[in-house]
Amino acid sequence: MPITRRDLFKLSGVTAAGTFLGGVTFLTGCKSTDKLRGAKESTTICPFCGVGCSIIVSSRDGKVINAEGDPDHPINEGALCSKGMSLYQIAVNPVKRRLDKVYYRKPFAEEWETLSWDDAIKMITQRVKETRDRTFVEKENGITVNRCDGLAGFGGAALDNEECYVWSKCARLLGITRLEHQARL
Amino acid sequence: MAASFGRGAMTNHWIDIQHADVILIIGSNAAENHPISFKWVQRARDKGGKLISVDPRFTRTSSLADLYAPIRPGTDIAFINGIINYALQNDLIQKEYVVKYTNAAYLIDPAFSFNDGIFSGYNFAERKYDKKTWKYQLDADGIPLKDESLQNPQCVYQLLKKFMSRYTPEKVSAVTGCPVDTFLKVAELYTSTHKPDRVATIMYAMGATQHTIGVQNIRAYGILQMLMGNMGMAGGGINALRGESNVQGSTDHGLLWHILPGYLDAPKVFGPKKDTDLKAWMANNTPTTKDSMSVNWLQNKPKYMINLLKAWFGDNATKENDFGFDWLPKASKPHAHVHIYEELYAGSKIEGMILMGTNPVVGGPNAMKEARSLEKLNWLVCADLWETETSVFWKRPGANPKAIKTEVFLLPMASSVEKEGSVSNSGRWAQWRYKAQNPPGEAITDLEFIDRLFRSVRKLYEDDVKAGKKVANPDPILKAYWNFTPEDHHEPDPHMVAKEINGFEWEKNFEHGDQIENFTKLTDDGKTACGCWIYSGSYNEDGNNMARRSKKDKTKMGMYHQWAWAWPMNRRIIYNRASVNMKGEPWNPKKPVIWWDGDEWKGDVPDGPAPAGKKLPFIMIPEGVARLFAPTLNDGPFPEHYEAVESVTRNVFNSQQYNPAVSLLPGTAGEYGTTARFPYIGTSYRVTEHWQAGAMTRNLPWLDELVPDMFCEISPSLAAKKGIKHGDKVIISSQRGSIETYALVTDRVQPLKVNGQMVEMVGMVWHFGYAGHASGSTCNFLTPHCGDPNTFIPEYKVFLVDIRKA
Repeated sequence: MPITRRDLFKLSGVTAAGTFLGGVTFLTGCKSTDKLRGAKESTTICPFCGVGCSIIVSSRDGKVINAEGDPDHPINEGALCSKGMSLYQIAVNPVKRRLDKVYYRKPFAEEWETLSWDDAIKMITQRVKETRDRTFVEKENGITVNRCDGLAGFGGAALDNEECYVWSKCARLLGITRLEHQARL
Repeated sequence: MAASFGRGAMTNHWIDIQHADVILIIGSNAAENHPISFKWVQRARDKGGKLISVDPRFTRTSSLADLYAPIRPGTDIAFINGIINYALQNDLIQKEYVVKYTNAAYLIDPAFSFNDGIFSGYNFAERKYDKKTWKYQLDADGIPLKDESLQNPQCVYQLLKKFMSRYTPEKVSAVTGCPVDTFLKVAELYTSTHKPDRVATIMYAMGATQHTIGVQNIRAYGILQMLMGNMGMAGGGINALRGESNVQGSTDHGLLWHILPGYLDAPKVFGPKKDTDLKAWMANNTPTTKDSMSVNWLQNKPKYMINLLKAWFGDNATKENDFGFDWLPKASKPHAHVHIYEELYAGSKIEGMILMGTNPVVGGPNAMKEARSLEKLNWLVCADLWETETSVFWKRPGANPKAIKTEVFLLPMASSVEKEGSVSNSGRWAQWRYKAQNPPGEAITDLEFIDRLFRSVRKLYEDDVKAGKKVANPDPILKAYWNFTPEDHHEPDPHMVAKEINGFEWEKNFEHGDQIENFTKLTDDGKTACGCWIYSGSYNEDGNNMARRSKKDKTKMGMYHQWAWAWPMNRRIIYNRASVNMKGEPWNPKKPVIWWDGDEWKGDVPDGPAPAGKKLPFIMIPEGVARLFAPTLNDGPFPEHYEAVESVTRNVFNSQQYNPAVSLLPGTAGEYGTTARFPYIGTSYRVTEHWQAGAMTRNLPWLDELVPDMFCEISPSLAAKKGIKHGDKVIISSQRGSIETYALVTDRVQPLKVNGQMVEMVGMVWHFGYAGHASGSTCNFLTPHCGDPNTFIPEYKVFLVDIRKA
C-alpha cells in the first residue's frame, strides 16, 4: 500500500516522516499538524474548472481553518492546482473582499450605500413586478406567448444544480425568455 | 456534437483518458486550464500513449506533447479535414464500424450539391440555407436507402471523400501555417487508431467553439472519430472540457434561451414551426423514424415535457389544460447573449436584469459595449461573492456616474463551502458538496435569494389580484407549484429541490420518499412529475446517489459506478453501444466498456437496454447511427473552411471569405476592422492561476501574487519589428477599442507562413478588469459581437489588432 500525503499527516508525529519531508510544515503551510486535531472535516467539489476535484475542508467552531486535496477522490487523488489550493482564501479572505451586506446604488449616485435584506427584497420585488406588468405580452399574432420582454436573466455556471434548476424555473414563471449564461460564451 | 451524435456533452470522463493510445488536444490548453486532467493524460502516456498538441502557441500542454503542431487561430477545420482526407485516401478507416454505425452508406438526395463553398439551397440575399435538399433518399416505407459497399456516388462516404479531397497536405499547410511534414506526422499517428484495438480521444475547449465556424470545428472532430471507430470506446470519444465547475449542470438545467431543463426545446413562435400549443410543440420537436432498428429515444420528449410541466404547475397541470403549457413563455426571436446586449444597446423594452454570478463587462465580447448597454437599464441586480466590474459599471474608468440612471443592487452570496448541493463536472458526474461554515455577515445562498424573490413576487400578485387591481397575466406565477421549504424550516432545502429534479409520484407526497427510480418510470398522464428528466435517478429510493463515495469498480476500468452519479442513468461512457459489434462483442477486448453475455449487458450501463444486435447504437439520433453527413445545422452538412470574420488572409478553399451562414448584426456595422489598420491576429486565453472573468481569483492574494496583472505574448520577431522589449508597456487596439498592458516576448509564439506570407499573432490573457484586489486591462474590450450561426457563441479567438509600444 503506497503512503499517501494524508497518511503522512497521520504519521507526522513520527520523526522519520518529518525528516523525510523536511517537515510537513513545508507542504501544508501549517505551523503544526496539531492544527487539524479535533477539526470537523467535510468534502466539497472545487468551484473552479470542470474537472470536479474533491477538496477536504476542515473547520473548527464553524470556521474554515484548512482546505486540501481529497486523496480518496478517484479523479484528483489528492492533487489540486493553484486555484483549487486557494479555495481556502475564498472561505477566509485575507483582503476582506467578500461581500457581507447588501449594497445599493441609487440612480445617478457616485457611491454605494447599504440596505437590509428585507428592504432589498421588497425593492427588487417591486421592480420585477412593475417591469413585468409594464412589458408583459400575453398574446402575439393570436398565439398565447405569456412573455415578459422587459426582464433578462444571466448567469449560473458557478451555481449548484439545485440553484440552477430553481433559477431556470423561476425565470420562466416570471415570463423571461431572455435567459442566458456562460455556456453561450 | 449533438448534430453528429445526439448529445452535446463530453462523451467519456476524466479517468477514462488513461485508456487512450493517442490523445489529440486541440482548441484546449488542458495542462494549464484543466490541470488535474493531466494526471490522466500522463497516465495514458505512462502506458505508451502519445499526446498530440495542436495550438497556435507552444503551451504548457505542448511542452508535454510527443508531437506539437502549430496552426493559425481559426484553421482547425482545414487541419482536421486534412487528416480526414489522409484517412480516406489511404483507406485508414474502421470500415465495419463506419458501415454499420454511421450514415456512410446512406444515399443522399441527388439535388444536394456543394460548389465553391456553398451548399445547395443557399439564399445569397438572406445569407441563409434552405436545407430541403440535405436529406436521404427514402424507400417506399420511408426508410433511408443504403449502399453498404460504399460504391454508390450518392452515398455519404463517396460525397465525403470527394468533399475532403481538396484538403491536401500542401493546401492544409498553406492555410494553417503548419509545416507539411509536421502535419503528415500527426495524420499518420492519429489514423493509426483506425484499428479496432487502438483508440484516440480528442480534448477540446473554447479554442474550438469560439469562432464563427465553431460548431463545424466540432463536426470535423466528430467525423474523424467516426471514421476511426473511436466513439463509445474506452479511451475514445470527444471530450469537451468544461471551464466552470457547473457549466455542464447549468446547461443541463436550461439556463439558455433555447432550452428548458433536460434539453427540452424552449417554446418559440418564430420560424416555420411555431409552438402554438402543447400538441404543436410535440409535433415540432419530437423526432420520428420508420426504421425499426432505431431506438430514437427522443420520441419520449412529449412525456418528459409533461413531467416538467407537472413539476412546475402541480395540481394545476391537467390533461385538459395541456398541463399548463400555455403558461410557459414563448420567444419571438433568438435571444443569445450577444442578441440581448445588442437589443439593449439599441434601445428596447428591457428594463431590468438579474445576474447570478456572472461578469459580462470582463467576460462578454466587445465588453465595453456591454458596459455601455447596462446604462440603458432602469435596474440591475448582481448576486455575487465580490464586487465585480459589472456591478460597478457605473464607475468604470471614463464613465460619469452622475449621467447613469441605472439602479444597482449588489447582493452578497454564499461561496461553495457555505452551502450544500451538487455540481456536475465535465464528465457528467453530479457530485454533492457540503457546508463547512456559514456565509460571511449577511450573505445568503443563491437558492435562498431566488426562492425569496419568487415567493415575494407571488405575494404581490396574490395581493393585487385579491384587491381587484389590473396586473399582467398572473397565472404562470399563481398556478406554479413552488415547494422547496420543508414545513419546519425557514430556508429552502437543496434536498427538496434535488428530489423534484429527480422526479416523484405526484399523488403521493414526495417529501416522504416516493421518488421515482429513473426516467424509464415516468408516465405521460400526469401521475409523475420530474423537473429534469436526464437527472432522474440521481436522488431516488436509494437516497442521494450524488453523495456516494464508494470506490468499488467492478469494471476495473476506472468507471467507479458507485462514486457520485453520472447522467444519464449513471452511464459513464455515452454511446457505449458503439464499443461493441452487432453481436455485442467489444471491438477492443482488452479495454471493454460493455459486452453482451448472452442474457444481459455487462460492464458500464449500456446506452439503451435492447439485447445485442437488436438495435442501432446511437439512440439519440433518429436514424440510430452517427452522422458523417449532418443535415440539421445552419451552415452545412459537412465542415468547410472559412476564414474568421476578421482575418489576416483570404480564404483559398473557396470564394466565400467568411462563413456564408453568418449574418453580421445590423447594430455592429462599423465595428469590424481590416488588415490595413489592424494587421495582426488577436486571440485570447487563460492561465492556471486565474479563472474566467477573474472575480473568483483576482481577490485571492495567493493567486494575485503569482499572476498580478494582464499581459500579452508576442514573438521575438514581432517585438523586434515594433521595437518592443520584454516587460514593456504596449497598446493593443482593434476596431472596438484599445487597451494598455505588458508585453511578454517569447519563443512560445512564432510567426507562421500562411498563403505565402508570414503572419504574426498577439495572444492575450483575458481574466482582468478594473475592479478587484488585482486589476488589469480587459482583453474583451477588443473582441467582436459576431458569432457562430448555430449557437451564436462569439468569435473571441480570432480578431484583428495592432500593437505598439506605449
